[in-house]
Amino acid sequence: MSSVFFYALTGVGLFTLGLYALIVYTHLLRKILAINVMGSGIFLLLVSLAARTRGAPDPVPHAMVITGIVVAISATALALVLMLRLREASDRVELPEEPME
Amino acid sequence: MTKLNNKQRLFRLLLLVLLSVLAAGLGYAVLKLPLQAPGLSTRVTENLVVSGVSNPVTAVLLNFRGYDTLLEMAVLLLALLAVWSLGSQSERRESAPGAVLDMLSRLLIPLFIMVSGYLLWVGAHAPGGAFQAGSVLAAAGVLLLLAGWRPGVWFVGLPLRITLVLGLAMFVAVAVAVQLAGWRLLEFPLPVAGTLILLIEAAATLSIGITLAALFFGHRPQTGQDSGSQTEQGEK
Amino acid sequence: MIMLWHNISWQAMPVLLPLVGAMLCFLLPQRIKFLGLMIALAIAASVFALLLQVLDEGVLRYSVGGWGAPLGIDLYTDGLSLLMLLMTALVGLGISIYAIAYFKSDKAVHFWPLWMLLWAALNALFLSADLFNLYVTLELLGLSAVALVALAGGANALGAAMRYLFVSLLGSLFYLLGLALLYHSFATVDIALLAQRIEETPAVWAAMGLMSAGLLLKTALFPLHFWLPPAHANAPAPVSALLSALVVKASFYILLRLWLDVFPPTNSMLVQFLGLLGACAVLWGGLQALRQTRLKMLIAYSTVAQLGYLFIAFPLATGMAWKGSLYLLISHALAKSAMFLAAGNLLRFGGHDRITQLDRVAQRLPLTLAAFALAGVSIMGLPPSGGFIGKWLLLDVALRSGQWWWAVILMLGSLLAAAYIFKVIGHAFTQAEVAHEAIEVSKMMEWSAFLLALAAIVLGLVSPWPLALMDIGSPFNTALSATCTSGVAQ
Repeated sequence: MSSVFFYALTGVGLFTLGLYALIVYTHLLRKILAINVMGSGIFLLLVSLAARTRGAPDPVPHAMVITGIVVAISATALALVLMLRLREASDRVELPEEPME
Repeated sequence: MTKLNNKQRLFRLLLLVLLSVLAAGLGYAVLKLPLQAPGLSTRVTENLVVSGVSNPVTAVLLNFRGYDTLLEMAVLLLALLAVWSLGSQSERRESAPGAVLDMLSRLLIPLFIMVSGYLLWVGAHAPGGAFQAGSVLAAAGVLLLLAGWRPGVWFVGLPLRITLVLGLAMFVAVAVAVQLAGWRLLEFPLPVAGTLILLIEAAATLSIGITLAALFFGHRPQTGQDSGSQTEQGEK
Repeated sequence: MIMLWHNISWQAMPVLLPLVGAMLCFLLPQRIKFLGLMIALAIAASVFALLLQVLDEGVLRYSVGGWGAPLGIDLYTDGLSLLMLLMTALVGLGISIYAIAYFKSDKAVHFWPLWMLLWAALNALFLSADLFNLYVTLELLGLSAVALVALAGGANALGAAMRYLFVSLLGSLFYLLGLALLYHSFATVDIALLAQRIEETPAVWAAMGLMSAGLLLKTALFPLHFWLPPAHANAPAPVSALLSALVVKASFYILLRLWLDVFPPTNSMLVQFLGLLGACAVLWGGLQALRQTRLKMLIAYSTVAQLGYLFIAFPLATGMAWKGSLYLLISHALAKSAMFLAAGNLLRFGGHDRITQLDRVAQRLPLTLAAFALAGVSIMGLPPSGGFIGKWLLLDVALRSGQWWWAVILMLGSLLAAAYIFKVIGHAFTQAEVAHEAIEVSKMMEWSAFLLALAAIVLGLVSPWPLALMDIGSPFNTALSATCTSGVAQ
C-alpha cells in the first residue's frame, strides 16, 4: 500500500472519530472541535489522493482544500460566538433539550 | 469523568459499532481507487501559460475556479456579519499587556506585514497568495489586539466597513468589468490576467486579514458615541 | 451603452446583484430599507430577464472564465433551475416587502445584508453545475440561515440556531466527503461530465450514500427532521418564512439533480425506502402539528409533513411524478411563506402565538386570516390551488402504476392537514378568556402575506405554464424515470 493511501485512510479515521465525538459529547466546544476534526479528515483525504500523479500533485484538490479551510474558519468563528451568546443567555454550554414547546 | 448509566453505555457501544462499519466501508472504497490518477493536473499544466500566473494552485484558485473563490470571500464576510449581529458580551475583562508582549509586538508587527506582502507577491510563481498573506496579516492583527491596541475611533465606522468588503467588492468589480469589456464572467484576457489577479489578491489580502482579526475581536467595535461598553480606546 | 448591456450574462446577474446589495446594505445602513427593496426588485427583474432568455434560446450553459468543465465551473440553466429561481424571486420579493415593515432599524441593519447573502447563495446554488461550487453555496446558505435564526435573540432562538448550525455543518461535511471520493474517481466535479463517466464502484456507492445522507439531513426528511421545528418556530417571522419556503428546498434540489443525473440507477429498494421515509414524514409531521399549542410550531411541523410528499416521487419515478412533486414544492413555498408571515402578524398583534387564545382575530385581522386560510387551502390540497395540482399528479401516477398505497398516504396527509388548519381557523373566531392588548399591524405586512397566499391559489389555475417550463431541457428523461415524460398530458 503506497503512502498516499496511508494518509487517505488516516483522513477517513479522523472523519469517523470526529463524527463519534460530535454525537457523543454534549459540551458545545467539544462538538465544535469535533466538526473541525471531521473537516481536517476530509481535507487530508483530498490532498493525499491528489499525490497519485506521476509528477507534481494535482493542484485542484489543493485549491479546494484552501477554500474549505476558509469556509471552516468562518463556520467555526460563528459557532464559537454563538456558543458564547448561548451561554450568556441560558447559563449552559449544551444544546437545549428537544423538542421545545 | 461523569458516570454513564447502562442505557448510555449501550448507545455508545452501538454507535461505535456502526461507525466502525462506516469507517471500514469508506476505507474499502478508498483502497479500491486507482493507484495512479493524474486528475486534472495535466489540464492545469496545459492551460497554465495562458492563466497569467505560473503557480498552479494560484491559477486554479484565482483563474480557473475563481468563481468559487468569489463566493468564498462572501462566506468570510458573512461570518463577520453574523458575528456582529449577535451583539456583544455584557462584561469584558481587559488586562494590561505585560512588558514582553508589549515589546515583542512592536518588533514583530512590521515583520508580519513584510512577510504578508512577500507572500502576496510570490504567490504568482511559488506557494503563496491572498489567503496565506491574509492569514499572516490576521495573525498580526490578533497579536495587536492581544497587546491591547485598539483602532482609532475615526477608523471603526465606515473605513472599517470598506476594508472589510474590499476583497469581495474588487472581485465583483473585476467580474463585471470584464463582462462590460466584452468577455465572459471572470474571464481574464492574457495580457492583463496577471495584473487583474494581483489586484484581486491585494484587495483580498487586506480584507481577509482585517476580517479574521475582527472575528477574533468577537463583536462590533464601539464607535465611541454609545456608553456602557468597557472596551479601552487606548492608543499605541 | 446598449452594446454594453448585451454583454451582460443574465445567468450571472442573479448572483452578482444580491452580493452587491449585501455590500451596499452593509456600507450604507442609513438607507438600508430603500436599498433592500431596490435590490429585491432588481433581482426579480434579472430572473425574469433570464426566463425570457431561456424561453428564447433553450437550455443555457455558461462557462465561467471561459474555461469550461472540467477545468472551470459551468453555470447551467434549464427549466428546473429556472423554476426554482422564479420561486425564489417571487417569495423573496414578498418576504422583502414584509421585512421592510417588520424589522425596526436596530435589527434591520443586521437582517438585510444577511438576507441578501442568503439570496445570493440560493441563486448561485440553482444556477451551478459544479458539485464543489454547490458545496460553497450550501455553506453560504447554511451559515446565513443560522445567523438569521439567531437574530431573534433569547435562549430559545440561540439554542435552535446552535443546533441548526451543527446539523448544517454535518450535512455539508458528509456532502464534501462524497464529493472528494467522486473527484478522485473521475477527475471532475461537473454534473454533466460525471453523468457520462460514472461507474458502479465502491467509491461511487459510498459517495452516493454520504451525499444523500448529508442532503437529507439538510432537507429535514424524517427521521432527520429533529432540528427543523425549533429553528423555524423560534426565528423571526420573515426568517421562518424563507427557511421553510426556500432554504430546505435548495438541498432537495441538489439531491434531485444528483439522483437524476449523476448517480447510477439503483435497485428499487433504495427508492422505496426514500418513499417510505417520506410517508412517515407526512404522517408524523401531521400528527405532531395537531398536538402543538403554539402556532409557529404547528406551521413548522406542517413543513416537516409537506417535505415528506416530495420524496414520494422517488418510488413513483416517472416524469409526471417528478413534476407533481416539484409543483408541490413551489406551491408549498408560496403557501408556507404566507402562513409564517400571517403567523408573524398574529404574533405582533396579540403579543403571543398560542392557538387557543387567538382572540377573535378573524374579525380584527381579516386580511391576515384570509391569507392563512388561502394558504391552508393549498397545504390541504383542495382545488383550486397549486397544492391540489401537485397532489393530483402524484395520485394519478400512483393509481396508474398500481402503487395505490402512496395514494392512501396522500389522502391521510390531506386529512391531517385539514385537521390542523381548521383547528387554527376555528380558534380564530372564538374569544379568548384573557383579552390581550392589540398592537397595530402594518398594512404592508398583511398584504404581502395575503398576496403570497393568493399566488399559491393562482398557481392552481395556471398549471400548464409551470409544467411546460419544467420540460425545458427535459431533466426527467433519465435512467431513474421508469417511463417517458412526453405523452402523459393533462
